[in-house]
Amino acid sequence: MTQMTRETLFNLAMMAGLILFPLWAWIADEPFMITLATKAVILALAGVGLNLALGLGGLVSLGHAAFFGLGGYAMGILASHAQSYSPILETPFVIEGTKSMPVIWLTAIISSGLAALAIGALSLRTSGVYFIMITLAFGQMLYFFAISWPAYGGEDGLSIYVRNGFPGLNTLDPIQFYGICFTVLTIVLILCARLAKSPFGLALNAARQTAERVETVGISPYKLRLVAFTLSGMITGLAGALFADLNRFVSPTMFSWQTSGEIMVFIIIGGVARLFGPVVGAVIFIALEHLLGGLSDYWHIYLGILLLLIVLFARGGVIGTLAGKENAHD
Amino acid sequence: MTDVLLETRNVSKSFGALQASKDVSLDLRAGEIHALIGPNGAGKSTLIKQIAGGLKPDAGQVFLQGQDVTALNTPARAKRGLGRTFQISALAMEDTVLQNVVLGALGAGGSPFRFWKPALKNPDLREVAEEALTRVGLQDHATTRTAELSHGQRRQLEVAVALTLKPKAFVMDEPMAGLGTEGSKRLTTFLDGLRSEAPILLVEHDMDAVFALADRISVLVYGAVIATGTVADIRANPDVRAAYLGDEE
Repeated sequence: MTQMTRETLFNLAMMAGLILFPLWAWIADEPFMITLATKAVILALAGVGLNLALGLGGLVSLGHAAFFGLGGYAMGILASHAQSYSPILETPFVIEGTKSMPVIWLTAIISSGLAALAIGALSLRTSGVYFIMITLAFGQMLYFFAISWPAYGGEDGLSIYVRNGFPGLNTLDPIQFYGICFTVLTIVLILCARLAKSPFGLALNAARQTAERVETVGISPYKLRLVAFTLSGMITGLAGALFADLNRFVSPTMFSWQTSGEIMVFIIIGGVARLFGPVVGAVIFIALEHLLGGLSDYWHIYLGILLLLIVLFARGGVIGTLAGKENAHD
Repeated sequence: MTDVLLETRNVSKSFGALQASKDVSLDLRAGEIHALIGPNGAGKSTLIKQIAGGLKPDAGQVFLQGQDVTALNTPARAKRGLGRTFQISALAMEDTVLQNVVLGALGAGGSPFRFWKPALKNPDLREVAEEALTRVGLQDHATTRTAELSHGQRRQLEVAVALTLKPKAFVMDEPMAGLGTEGSKRLTTFLDGLRSEAPILLVEHDMDAVFALADRISVLVYGAVIATGTVADIRANPDVRAAYLGDEE
């Protein structure tokens, strides 16, 4: 048996916290606390998606809001047609809206995956600052498109009156919806943990450190990165669909570059390339927003100070500081 | 074509006014070590890049096993049997020694687009990787983080990664660079044995190693090959002495 590292212990503790806190809130009848936890879990999922590109692949994407927003709008468009009983498309064939979460998730994953494939195919021809800028530009394009598209609310966004359904569950019950989101996050974390150690993960990780070497063993770093970027977009897109369902509302804000920045902030707070980095980061972010947001509307100042301290003194983020260097022995 | 594995035909490359490769024609035959020497700035690295695929020549062709590979990129040339080591170790420093050779094994045998099973638990990949490590003498360092290796060990690992590909031809860019006398000697012995498996185009500054190993030597000066021949030919060549070897005696 492999010895449990400090990081594994930390991750398990984190998982326990994500089960116990909402359980406490449920017993104490604090539905708002459950909603906060749900928000943290969904944002963590968005971060886990970006972390695949950013942490493992070294792809600093400032455009992940594009996928988050696409996931959100996949939900918004499907659900709005379902609630108005009007089909999305009548010719050449009829596409009806839906209130079913699994169908919405699938649509979110596919549409954000296709978008990530297209955006990645173009953006990955650049690197460094240019990559950051071009991903940002794609994100902004979708943002302004969403604003100027009146069919789905334009700037005002879309309200969905009833949360979408999941077979066998009452999604309007906060703890049940939390359960859905937590389960999705857990599954994605398991997939990502497997992926990191798989041949693909090993090659992607090497391509981040030395692309030249990866090429000379006959593997194209471009293809590795494109696949990673696409998978990354799919996960963030799924998070977008859940986020829209949490708020029962979608708006162009989901596409904004501030959203991209926030997703990246989760990763930096928690620890870049750490499996649980974005989870820790999102939890801290939501906790600060709740605690400091009560004190001042300008709570981002404190977030900024925290970020500054982490970047200056704790490069590995919270996990790097608490669990030490990553263990290279697998 | 008597088993020429690697060949450049009239390869030229310019960067603005600087002509880095001038009509270079070289070949690498089965079983030999062909050393490429020349003063700093002679265009050795530029030539290596054109052979390996990182740079496209302005004119001329590169052949690998008789096939024109000029239009192919680095991964495609590697797939066709070109093994390369770098002057400055290009290794995944954060990864373990084993992970680095498994990467090589991955490129050699099968697709990196496998997402579920752990790479390090794949018996096929491990076998290739461990064999390569054993051959260069790094088998006891498999779980060491590459950044913690000594300079000499990193050079060994460079060679090990190239070995995993079971190449048809090696291109080695200063494998002895920075090695001590002892390390150089050991690597010299190793390369000596390796040539029967696949010939080596060896760029090297260590003249003891070059004279000990090379079947043929080509001398590159200002981007052009001024002489190709056996060790004795090259030592006796007055142009080479003037341009490069100097009057050491």
